[in-house]
Amino acid sequence: MDIFLTYLKVFAVGGLICMLGQLLIIKTKLTSSRILVLFVCIGAILEAVGLYEPIANFAKAGATVPITGFGRSLAKGAIQGVKEMGFLGAFAGGLTATAAGITCAVVSAFVMGLIFNSRTKKY
Amino acid sequence: MKKEKHLSRNEQFVKYVEAKTPKTKTFPTLIWAYLVGGIICMIGQGINDALMAIFPKMGQEEASTWMLIILIFIASLLTGLGLYDRIGVFAGGGSIVPITGFSNSITSPAMEFKKEGIIFGLCVKMFSVAGPVLVCGLVISFITGIIYLFI
Repeated sequence: MDIFLTYLKVFAVGGLICMLGQLLIIKTKLTSSRILVLFVCIGAILEAVGLYEPIANFAKAGATVPITGFGRSLAKGAIQGVKEMGFLGAFAGGLTATAAGITCAVVSAFVMGLIFNSRTKKY
Repeated sequence: MKKEKHLSRNEQFVKYVEAKTPKTKTFPTLIWAYLVGGIICMIGQGINDALMAIFPKMGQEEASTWMLIILIFIASLLTGLGLYDRIGVFAGGGSIVPITGFSNSITSPAMEFKKEGIIFGLCVKMFSVAGPVLVCGLVISFITGIIYLFI
């Protein structure tokens, strides 16, 4: 029962964030690139203010899987870096925290790009 | 016919674009975005829980990093196979906002511009969507770090 509740929270919060993105796309005609930029910035600012931590504790993957979670780990890494290394941490912290994700995305995109050919898009 | 001629070329083009842009119905797409986004997050939580069950020594932070890596790889593979775009057609924001959409936005131009060469096509265009995200994210992260340095 407990695990069911956890997944319900994950679904509710994760879905809500995605729905906000879709609402912005429909209402303001922003392109998907701008939506991604906007959400990363929102996530980073919320983490800096200290509001993202409670959301992440409440919804777990529902808050870390959306792109706001990426912005959050960028900001969180920078804060941690500053605490550990001082000024240098402000430069190094953000990328250190997200290095695994970015490298995985770039490497898999490179490999997939070499293997597969683009299909004509059917819309 | 005469009325058309009074419109400038730009206005005609705007009219044409408006006529050709597919009209998205608000309510059903919102529901789809919610469903697909929620399900992707639930899959992420499932991977996270499975990893922590299989490797008991793994901490929460490490498990969630692995979970993101696995999701990013799966999304990249699905993009390569041409399946992710099909989800994107009806899911909209539901497939863009999760980290899988970020992965899709890197893989998709990489595949598309391969014909312009490996270095100047694939490697350059790979960041046409993800580049701004990384730039803005890094700048904000740097500013956050500086602010925390002084308080």
